[in-house]
Amino acid sequence: MTAIGRRRFLGYVLAAPTLVTAAGLDAGLPSPEITDLLDLNDLMTAAALPTANLITVEVGPDGTVSFALPRAEVGQGITTSTAMLIAEELSVPVGRVRVTLADARPELVFNQLTGGSNTTFATYVPIRVAAAVARSRLMQAAAAELGVAPADLTLKDGVISNRAGRSVGIGELSGRAATTRTLRVPVELAARESFTVIGRPHNRIDALDAVTGRKKFTLDLDVPDAKPAMVCRPPTINGKVGSVANLAEVRAMPGVTDAVVISTGVAVRAATFGQCVDAVRALRVTWKPGTAEGKSDESVLRELRAAEPPLGLRPPTPVVEGSFTFHFRSNSALEPNCAIADVRADRAEIWSSLKSPIVAQQAIAARLGLPQSRVTVHVTEGGGSFGRKLFFDAALEAAELSQRVGKPVKLLWHRADDSRQGRTHPMAISRVRVSYLGGTVLGYQQRHTSVSTDLGHGLGEIITALAARLPGGDLSFAQTFFQLSQTMPYQFGVSGRLLNETDRGFNTGSMRNVYSPDVTCARELVVDRLAARMGRDPRRFRHDFLHDERSRAVLAAVAEAGEWGRPMPAGTAQGIAFHSEYKSVSAALVEIDCRPETVERPIRDGVTGPRVTKAVFAVDAGLAVNPRGLEAQMMGGVMDGIALALTSSLHLRDGHFLEASWDDYFYTRQWNTPPDLRIIVMPSTSDRPGGAGELGVAASMAAVACAYGRATGTMPTTFPINHGTLSFTPKPTVPPIPPSPADGLDHAR
Amino acid sequence: MPEHTFRVNGEQVTVEVAPDVRLLWVLRDLLGITGPKYGCGIDVCKACTSHLNGKAVSPCAIPVGELRPDDEVTTIEGLAATSGQELHPMQRAWLDHDVSQCGYCQPGQIMAAVALVRRVAEEGRAVTDADLDGLRNICRCGTYPRIRDAIRAGAEAMR
Repeated sequence: MTAIGRRRFLGYVLAAPTLVTAAGLDAGLPSPEITDLLDLNDLMTAAALPTANLITVEVGPDGTVSFALPRAEVGQGITTSTAMLIAEELSVPVGRVRVTLADARPELVFNQLTGGSNTTFATYVPIRVAAAVARSRLMQAAAAELGVAPADLTLKDGVISNRAGRSVGIGELSGRAATTRTLRVPVELAARESFTVIGRPHNRIDALDAVTGRKKFTLDLDVPDAKPAMVCRPPTINGKVGSVANLAEVRAMPGVTDAVVISTGVAVRAATFGQCVDAVRALRVTWKPGTAEGKSDESVLRELRAAEPPLGLRPPTPVVEGSFTFHFRSNSALEPNCAIADVRADRAEIWSSLKSPIVAQQAIAARLGLPQSRVTVHVTEGGGSFGRKLFFDAALEAAELSQRVGKPVKLLWHRADDSRQGRTHPMAISRVRVSYLGGTVLGYQQRHTSVSTDLGHGLGEIITALAARLPGGDLSFAQTFFQLSQTMPYQFGVSGRLLNETDRGFNTGSMRNVYSPDVTCARELVVDRLAARMGRDPRRFRHDFLHDERSRAVLAAVAEAGEWGRPMPAGTAQGIAFHSEYKSVSAALVEIDCRPETVERPIRDGVTGPRVTKAVFAVDAGLAVNPRGLEAQMMGGVMDGIALALTSSLHLRDGHFLEASWDDYFYTRQWNTPPDLRIIVMPSTSDRPGGAGELGVAASMAAVACAYGRATGTMPTTFPINHGTLSFTPKPTVPPIPPSPADGLDHAR
Repeated sequence: MPEHTFRVNGEQVTVEVAPDVRLLWVLRDLLGITGPKYGCGIDVCKACTSHLNGKAVSPCAIPVGELRPDDEVTTIEGLAATSGQELHPMQRAWLDHDVSQCGYCQPGQIMAAVALVRRVAEEGRAVTDADLDGLRNICRCGTYPRIRDAIRAGAEAMR
């Protein structure tokens, strides 16, 4: 039997008073014996595999099915897709499955990290196996109860019936299906042809809570005496406190209970966050230098150019080259960094949205001087992440502060803190050279040089642990990550790509992927230029050089739906691009309007610029567990791609970022949104889901860049394209956060 | 400490706090009404959008001392009751279009949408693309197209 499409697995029934089941250890990779891991998803899945049997499905006496997902839900819809997997195998309504987020569980080792668009890929089989074991036990218990063979029973909507019409609910059977000693049992998963839940569009299971305000995020939790806290932060990146002139005065301000120096600044705790804002602004602090003192966009660009690996000797054939600059970008989610901490002498309890809670637990325990087992870390629902919540900066700070003042705290980063001291997507340059002769492409080389990306959130440890199984196992974390995540989808002869990193002075992280949007954008722009040099249509050229039919199919889908090649007025144009990753393929076609009347359309305190008037995006993510959720992820990816190409960046000047809020960091807004957007979810080409959470960004960004180049007649080389124009007046850095406005009543509308 | 009396979601409330504390923090930190979210604190992201006497406002920019006893504050928690239904038509439209991703901005988005639809209705016209372009609420998950679709459907249902 081939590994793909395999349906027989071993699972466990665990000793417990109610029915609790888990997957066996063979339920992870399509082919567990492979010695070379092919890409980042294989790597992360292999790392999760040895602990797959520790993740359990539980059937309660009330007929509900519970599952504590060891991943973070931050908007990507994995609680919904997970409930769908369980509902499919257990034949219960999706609404009967309660998916919660597991606390940090160190025994899971590498199986509690949410990243690399890997969740559904890694958990698709193990979760179904656990649910299938539960189904098998329930059927056996019902058979005993009803006095018939299991084969004569049907399970539907959580009720098991025999042919005579007698029935019993799975809740009633939970105790009888349980076991007092752990059993290993073989199961067969539902056949794909029989699916009634997987593959059908389903609305999010948390939608009602979200639209009624009942959905609870970290700051919404009511932890006794966890009063608001904020930190007065330095005027330059990672500066340190020298001295504070007026601590006593600030402690006496209305509502303030504490004001103390911590490792990252001066923390205040008060009855309300509003009073924290006032206290932070009142502090008079002298600061020591940070880790990027005096640096600017220009100086970092010089560092990057100095660190760029050479492309090698220029071949004697014709070549097309391009060199591109990608500025710093903020991976801020709308929910800023925040955490609740209640630290006592002998234990600590933390609440935060964490994508790497085990590493957070280790780091917090070390900071507090407590054993790891004395630190409970609750993973809360997150208000977006985009990479930011792989880190636990606020949780670590909250723990330190709670210990310091001896009281529970609810710590929030002001938006200005999040923008200026928070994680950024690193600035990078990318140089591409393609050599060709006649109609043949002979070689493709790309050199990507980036400010160092911090992978110290657990992914680095995963890479280290599996290094022996990696091709080229002696590479650095970052180089391994780069090589595992980048592929060459075109038949471009001898191809090669290298990453070099420089400068560890910045707080960096991923931002809906680390390298792909920039690497792909550079590549696709050069592909357009190459096609033009060869006198070929950009779409036809891509079609002819793409490796496989699946890739050509998404390209054809957007070309057809987007009417590729239709006549466009001067100053407007179409762009088309392709990207593959996470065992998924995608293509984007956009139309952009760069005419002056559009670019200069007035919007108060916002950047307008060229408008993407239409976007068509096609995705083949293998088996789409929830097509509606997949569509939502692609939609978000398109909005991110538009922002990265056109408007959103951080400006570094004199050791700090100028941007301090959403009125000067120009993420896509309604006035930048394409009025016409179409997402095409391709028919599934695989029995397994690929990754999707970050997938949509790269092709979208590249298509917008290509369209801009074709509309203006000039290939853009610096991103976002408006970076050279500072479209706002920077807010002061001292005090570090702006005052709360008081004119809200004047703007009621 | 001065007392401030106003109405929230149909009930009279009195809070004791300095008059310059912004309404957002009175709602969230003192009254435990957490539907309105913090996203910027300076009235630009609109995640805290709520209604004051039926119009959209940003509670992060309103000193609580400026409220009068008969001022009616409606947060997302109180929206459905204003329609006399279990869910407001705009909330239903949001569910129908499966708009929310992380959901953090959605209470503010819905409150802004309802105020927009009321405003254009008062002007005797339908919601236009320009109206939708003018919405300032940030959705960092990027679900803007579904927001636009839901507002159009919600506007129909509110007629």
